Amino acid sequence: MKRDLPVQKQKLVVVGNGMAGIRAVEELLKIAPELYDITVFGAEPHPNYNRILLSPVLAGEQTIDEIILNPLSWYAEHGITLHTGKKVARVDRIKRVVTAEDGTEAAYDRLLLATGSNPFILPVPGKELSGVITYRDIADTEAMIDAAKSYKNAVVIGGGLLGLEAANGLRLRGMDVTVVHIMPWLMERQLDDTAGQLLQRSLEARGIRFEIGANTEALIPDKNGRVMCVKFKDGREIPADLVVMAAGIRPNTTLAESMGLHCNRGIVVSDTLQTTTDPRIYAVGECAAHRGIAYGLVAPLFEQGKVCATHLAEFGIGRYSGSTTSTKLKVTGIDLFSAGQFMGGDGFEQIVLNDPFGGVYKKLVIKDDKLVGACLYGDTVDGSWYFKLMREGRKIADIRDKLMFGESNIGDTGHEGNTRAAAMADSDEVCGCNGVNKGAICKAIKDKGLFTLDEVRKHTKASASCGSCTGLVEQLLMFTAGGDYSKPPTKKAMCGCTDASHADVRQAIRDEHLLTIDGVYKRMGWRTPNGCASCRPAINYYLLSSWPKEAEDDPQSRYINERSHANIQKDGTYSVIPRMWGGMTSADELRRIANAVDKFNIPAVKVTGGQRLDLLGVKKEDLPAVWKDIGMPSGHAYAKALRTVKTCVGSEWCRFGTQDSTKMGQDLERALWRMYAPHKVKLAVSGCPRNCAESGIKDVGVIGVDSGWELYVAGNGGIKTEVAQFFVKVKTPEDVLEYSGAFLQLYREEGWYLERTVHYVSRVGLDHVKKKILDDATNRKALWDKLQFSLDGEPDPWFEFERAKVDLRQFEAVSS
Amino acid sequence: MSDWKMICRVEDIPVLGARRVARDGAVAVAVFRNSEDKVFALLDRCPHEGGPLSQGIVFGESVACPLHNWTIGLADGCAKAPDVGCTTPFACKVDGGQVYLDAGELRTKAVETAAA
Repeated sequence: MKRDLPVQKQKLVVVGNGMAGIRAVEELLKIAPELYDITVFGAEPHPNYNRILLSPVLAGEQTIDEIILNPLSWYAEHGITLHTGKKVARVDRIKRVVTAEDGTEAAYDRLLLATGSNPFILPVPGKELSGVITYRDIADTEAMIDAAKSYKNAVVIGGGLLGLEAANGLRLRGMDVTVVHIMPWLMERQLDDTAGQLLQRSLEARGIRFEIGANTEALIPDKNGRVMCVKFKDGREIPADLVVMAAGIRPNTTLAESMGLHCNRGIVVSDTLQTTTDPRIYAVGECAAHRGIAYGLVAPLFEQGKVCATHLAEFGIGRYSGSTTSTKLKVTGIDLFSAGQFMGGDGFEQIVLNDPFGGVYKKLVIKDDKLVGACLYGDTVDGSWYFKLMREGRKIADIRDKLMFGESNIGDTGHEGNTRAAAMADSDEVCGCNGVNKGAICKAIKDKGLFTLDEVRKHTKASASCGSCTGLVEQLLMFTAGGDYSKPPTKKAMCGCTDASHADVRQAIRDEHLLTIDGVYKRMGWRTPNGCASCRPAINYYLLSSWPKEAEDDPQSRYINERSHANIQKDGTYSVIPRMWGGMTSADELRRIANAVDKFNIPAVKVTGGQRLDLLGVKKEDLPAVWKDIGMPSGHAYAKALRTVKTCVGSEWCRFGTQDSTKMGQDLERALWRMYAPHKVKLAVSGCPRNCAESGIKDVGVIGVDSGWELYVAGNGGIKTEVAQFFVKVKTPEDVLEYSGAFLQLYREEGWYLERTVHYVSRVGLDHVKKKILDDATNRKALWDKLQFSLDGEPDPWFEFERAKVDLRQFEAVSS
Repeated sequence: MSDWKMICRVEDIPVLGARRVARDGAVAVAVFRNSEDKVFALLDRCPHEGGPLSQGIVFGESVACPLHNWTIGLADGCAKAPDVGCTTPFACKVDGGQVYLDAGELRTKAVETAAA
């Protein structure tokens, strides 16, 4: 990126050395490392640490050193001037100078306020006594750890998230702990009464006592001026050598108010995180009020940091539009999740599963056919799935009957059926694709300070391939980093080259008749000159599928398999799978294959699951000659395209067969071959409901019955075994072709690149697909016509090199 | 002094693509051409599990390995963070539309590396 840098760097001063402020700085350094001289003021004597993990430190599960996020060396490496232990006393907005209590000064061009929040101190007599503390920072945590060594009775005021974590930690350190909570049940802002009571019961089982509904009147001192007991309004007293005030937090706006910045339950900021009073000044994190909300969870803070950084970097592109948040409790062994309007009530529908003896409670709240809230206790593995459904606002009518049982209830493979990461041993494998065990993931999260699922994927490869272990990895993130793994609710960018989503790109291609990859990049302001290995193949596909016969294929934007028309193997050789229509072959074909195997010393021949033969270990330079000798059409086994149509023998031979499934399969395959798609597509046709061709787990599965054909769609036999859903019953083979073709064309037009039909249908809903194809005959025919138009005259890449744009130079090495 | 050996013309390499330069008894060298017609040469072997980089997708000044999608810098042969590892870069120059590699390097550099 070219940019005329000013001779003298601008000055950025950050007030607040915590997670929000430093994350914003990190994001800024990523995109504009040279733009600012940066100075950071922090009131605490420590470098930036993970405040969320104070509870595990208190509980003795982690140490202070382990929760440091940015060691002092990080500040030095990036040339950041760090003032720790210096609280900022005032800011002169006219002269643009920040002054700390000790007189240290720093001038700024831009100022970032990240002053966080203060604990709310109950205004009761005795609140200033020794032994009365809050729970906010490392000093508080150390004070509690010290108190636990020499005192017996602790009282925690506040039965919210923070109070319960404090209580649990103090109990683990051997104190007798009572939690005083004025509201009718624990964590009332995150849980409903049933879940709150389940939580209370399991904490009681750990030896924590509760005073629910009790109203604190005063803290009574002993003769030395240390707190001795807590007195309630009803006159009762309970002993207390340590009182922890955890009755909530308030945005810390003292400094901002003294500067004359508009504050209203937080420093009021715009969608660009600039204060509404002074655009030179930004605020992020718990101190900032965005559209009336001050967020206290890490995901929104990080998202704010990112947007703020793009503005500091003068890109001016990001907008923060608020976050939907979810909560998990970081008390080891207690699984709890809530999000959205979990209370339900009038005007809401609820689905509830309640097993008090098994310690499991789940409530899903639905409004207008959408999931709007969830409260889970005891089994939270599907929390992230529910959260995703909520953020996407997807209609749930078609999955309502299995919603309660979660996304992972059927057929997940690769991690021995585990659903509770906490119960797994360090050596247990979490990600079966990449062989990553629990210990390795936890270590990477700790050592590298990872917070999001994407970061874990990048660093460990766990959940980066098939994604079936995503739920487990999210759980690990939660209790290792305390991170709120949730992604922001905004649409997902296609890749790092752009902020545009797949939907945006496809829309632009269609609306503006874009025909080239470069055209898309220019029109949509790509940040990279020619994209990356993720976006280029996707855009190439979108162009070809949107404008058949107009857009030109770009082989250099295709993955090697689709460029060499064979599957690359781990040793760099290739495999060749010729097409066998409907799984039928002949002596002549088999003889040619056998001859080629001998002639080219092909080391292995395997029967595939799709009823064809796979020739493995072919050298790249031999590919064109092997294709020629075999003389059979390309099987496209290497492509995001129609693979096979698997068939049973059908009525031609089988004594049970009701329909000629082999013929039907061959007709389908001849009609659909050479069809590129967002991902691979597999079909099957069975001649009777015994379903020997396994039609129930195919993208389109056809089952012959006496009176016609049943069509099933969006099945998958892979990563996540997913049974295909019944789509329609039709009478004739022509109908089978038309309905299957229309479904696949719709998928080609609406599916995101690399999205299988199962994921496509689960995203848009089967009702949508039915509406477009079953309810609208004109549209169905139009889709089928479009597909036939796209496929008409498509070349076979194994024989028509020029038309298929196969670059033959790839098959020859240059001699040295 | 370098002993430059003419390999091919720039246009013999596809834009945003690569060609393999075979070596007797040693792993091939991959020569890449990017969208600005800059030419780079690396040992045709990913530092991760030995994938043939010449078969990858080229973008900017990087190539994505076809086996596990590691991103390798064309200029230095090193993997982009968080992956770690480097493959051997080869000296390479373009003169009058011709691509040259160093004959000495072709003969001696990374010849002991086992073929993938």
